[in-house]
Amino acid sequence: MNDIKITPEIVKEHGLTEAEYDRIVSAMGREPNYTELGIYSVMWSEHCSYKSSRFHLKKLPTEAPWVICGPGENAGVIDIGDGQAVIFKMESHNHPSYIEPYQGAATGVGGILRDVFTMGARPVANMNALRFGEPSHPKTKHLLAGVVEGIGGYGNCVGVPTVGGETNFDPSYNGNILVNAMTVGLADKDKIFYSAAAGVGNPVVYVGSKTGRDGIHGATMASAEFTEDSEEKRPTVQVGDPFTEKLLIEACLELMATDAIIAIQDMGAAGLTSSSVEMASKGGVGFELNLDKVPQREANMTPYEMCLSESQERMLMVLKPGREEMAQAIFEKWELDFAVIGEITDTGKLTLTFGGDIVGDMPIASLVEDAPEYERPYTPTPTRPTADVPAVNDLNKAVMDMVGGPHLCSRRWIWEQYDHMVMGDTIGRPGGDAAVVRVHGTDKALAISTDVSPRYCFANPVEGGRQAVAETWRNITAVGGMPLAITNCLNFGNPERKDIMGQFVGCLEGMGEACRALDYPIVSGNVSLYNETNGSGILPTPAIGGVGILKNADARATINFKAEGDTILLIGETKDELGASLYQKQLLGEDSGMPPHVDLTIERRNGDFVRALIENGQVSTCHDLSDGGLIAGLADMAIAGSMGASVTLNDDQPLHVSLFSETQARYLISADDATAEDIRREAKDAGIPVTILGKTGGKCLNVNDGTIDIAMSDLTSAHRDWMPNFMKNAS
Amino acid sequence: MKSAVIVFPGSNCDRDMAVALTKITGNKPLMVWHQETDFDTVDFIALPGGFSYGDYLRCGAMSAKSNIMKEVIRRAEDGVPIFGVCNGFQVLTETGLLPGALMRNANLSFVCKDVKMTVANNDTMFTADYAEDEEILIPVAHHDGNYFADENTLDTLEGEGQVAFRYNEDINGAQRAIAGITNKRGNILGMMPHPERMIEPALGGSDGRKLFTSVMNRLS
Repeated sequence: MNDIKITPEIVKEHGLTEAEYDRIVSAMGREPNYTELGIYSVMWSEHCSYKSSRFHLKKLPTEAPWVICGPGENAGVIDIGDGQAVIFKMESHNHPSYIEPYQGAATGVGGILRDVFTMGARPVANMNALRFGEPSHPKTKHLLAGVVEGIGGYGNCVGVPTVGGETNFDPSYNGNILVNAMTVGLADKDKIFYSAAAGVGNPVVYVGSKTGRDGIHGATMASAEFTEDSEEKRPTVQVGDPFTEKLLIEACLELMATDAIIAIQDMGAAGLTSSSVEMASKGGVGFELNLDKVPQREANMTPYEMCLSESQERMLMVLKPGREEMAQAIFEKWELDFAVIGEITDTGKLTLTFGGDIVGDMPIASLVEDAPEYERPYTPTPTRPTADVPAVNDLNKAVMDMVGGPHLCSRRWIWEQYDHMVMGDTIGRPGGDAAVVRVHGTDKALAISTDVSPRYCFANPVEGGRQAVAETWRNITAVGGMPLAITNCLNFGNPERKDIMGQFVGCLEGMGEACRALDYPIVSGNVSLYNETNGSGILPTPAIGGVGILKNADARATINFKAEGDTILLIGETKDELGASLYQKQLLGEDSGMPPHVDLTIERRNGDFVRALIENGQVSTCHDLSDGGLIAGLADMAIAGSMGASVTLNDDQPLHVSLFSETQARYLISADDATAEDIRREAKDAGIPVTILGKTGGKCLNVNDGTIDIAMSDLTSAHRDWMPNFMKNAS
Repeated sequence: MKSAVIVFPGSNCDRDMAVALTKITGNKPLMVWHQETDFDTVDFIALPGGFSYGDYLRCGAMSAKSNIMKEVIRRAEDGVPIFGVCNGFQVLTETGLLPGALMRNANLSFVCKDVKMTVANNDTMFTADYAEDEEILIPVAHHDGNYFADENTLDTLEGEGQVAFRYNEDINGAQRAIAGITNKRGNILGMMPHPERMIEPALGGSDGRKLFTSVMNRLS
């Protein structure tokens, strides 16, 4: 295959520009052969090199006293005290999931699990952030059914609970769905494993599944726009085997309990190539690999195919010399392949041999550091004029349509297909503000939330970026957690378009501001660009995954009303903020105006106040307000508590504003009368807006003496049934 | 009470079972790897949930042929209490220690949720601490929990009091809403729901505890 003459067409097929090809030739001092070209193409792909995003990512805050390891490794690591660390990351698997939803989503879960356990953590929770086209689009049901089944199929078998996530529908995702998967793991602080290779002569070891021809050029596919014939790329979608992954987790953790491992890295995008290049690059060493030794699933594989295969469930390790036998015994016990495929050299090169010939010889530094970095031109998103958002005639119908519609209805149909309880520590199940998972064997718990409001990011990227970070912070706060750090998955369109790049830059600016103001740094992340089909981009979707800690897992809040006759309070102020709201988009079919403003000082002040109430046991019922505003939050709490509520809204604004405004930094809480009065006084003393809205109880959701009056039985069934009805007869 | 948990490649509720046994009986169970052929004498053997061998071929089919199951079958014949949950139940039907089979859920989807069920027979060593017809809440998490047996077998199971638990609603299409059965002798219980996941209020309830305390009380 290396006899193939490199032509401009072949260069183009590899997703490289002419200028990039010239750069390769000058880095190598000669023309690359076919295998080398393939390796450069994946290492310099957008997916692996972050060439369009790196310049801007550097501006994000990544440090705090509790951050052990920020971006750059397989996942981020934070300190949670008592010698323990949390390791987490979120990653996209958008393109494969659109082409083959089950395997695309399943291998997305598998990949992110490996990123986390490769650092020494036992995965304890999976989350996801999913975006599909409009419900009426002919593919939506099929894609939703396949993605959910794929996430469940992988996570359930591996035995890591899928504890929550979010699902949105919007026409902009009709031809380009988003599947973002997050894994959270627990490790001992002094047993964290990194990827920097070291020690000339040390063995390079391949473990896990055999290498096949699946997934070749997945990273390149993920770095290009979609066209209608993208489905022909189905063979590039990898196939997952969660059973092997489960064995791999156990075998790796067993080996990690010894002192045999110097460095370890999973084989993710671009497989053997990127894992060996990254390990060598970080360690400042060379790798010599004998491709004849690579365990192979198929006959007659070429060096090109072995280097670019994205077969799943594989890891690469550098072991201390003399530990091979012991390590091999562990992998044999778990019935996994184990092969010494090479050794560390001092050449600074990636040297590949096959059948006794050298088939590739490339300077490691050039594969990584010479990768192009683009400061792409951009135009900031224009500021929108404010919108006048009118009232609808029938508020009862408005509430029913929203709570019982695609955007706010129960996601139970989804998460009942996920084993969300395995491992026996899920104490805050899906359906709440943040998932809560006990730190095994302790009184502590992790709170985890994934969020972003693409509507806001589209209307005003800076505000949307702020809001995405703030909403995870708020969701973690609403269960009583102290937010610690985030991971992200930045899903955008084609960065070569100035308006798209403007969205990217704006969202990052807002995210950075929020992270700094909330002491909530970014410790890991992933960028997914070119999310376009036939030139039409998705809404900018910087999905955020936040992790927080509850020091005492018993002091936490849930959204369900607990007792009839409790007092309902609103913390925070409601402003006239219906621009880019769900109300405007769903009920009026419009999208105009500015999204709600995120005042980070108020966000922090209100959140800290609410969290303290939960921590000191005054409050065990709390829900943050987001899409759909106050009435949506109230409906959630009533439905979850199987009881009604009666409230009075008299804040001198039109009722539709009070009900549906999406003003930020707001929480609903409920408590017995005496406690509620204490809270009201404490809030006033602290200068925090607080309003007593009414009482829990009864069989109806009642606002302003019957202006809205909906039977809970109707509201509950509408909320529960939308999705199961929608998904009937899905294929 | 001294117990053992059998671990197959792909078991994933082995730790949950061990935690429940430790919390309730006060003793850590012996964790027994599938390749073993013998292990210490114990009072109770648990086959945990999970996806042994990835559910490849048929759920539980490959585990049923493992080395360790020969020993488990021998001890079952000696009367040692054997308790299979979820994949453990599937292994028990595949070995023939329990009759019938567990097919794919009727709606073809995995289901994970708390389920109300009834203690159909509280006169067994696994259910004695429950009241007669007690309604309990226990989670299920399975793709293949649709219990099937021919009519004669079902009639026999009911006639002999071998149906231990019944779902209060249709969860997976199981014949006669069967959630768990015992063998005729009464020393083997297989069930799809996971009592080991319902052992403290923080997890949503404690209705699973009585299953373990029933066995403890019987053995003491």
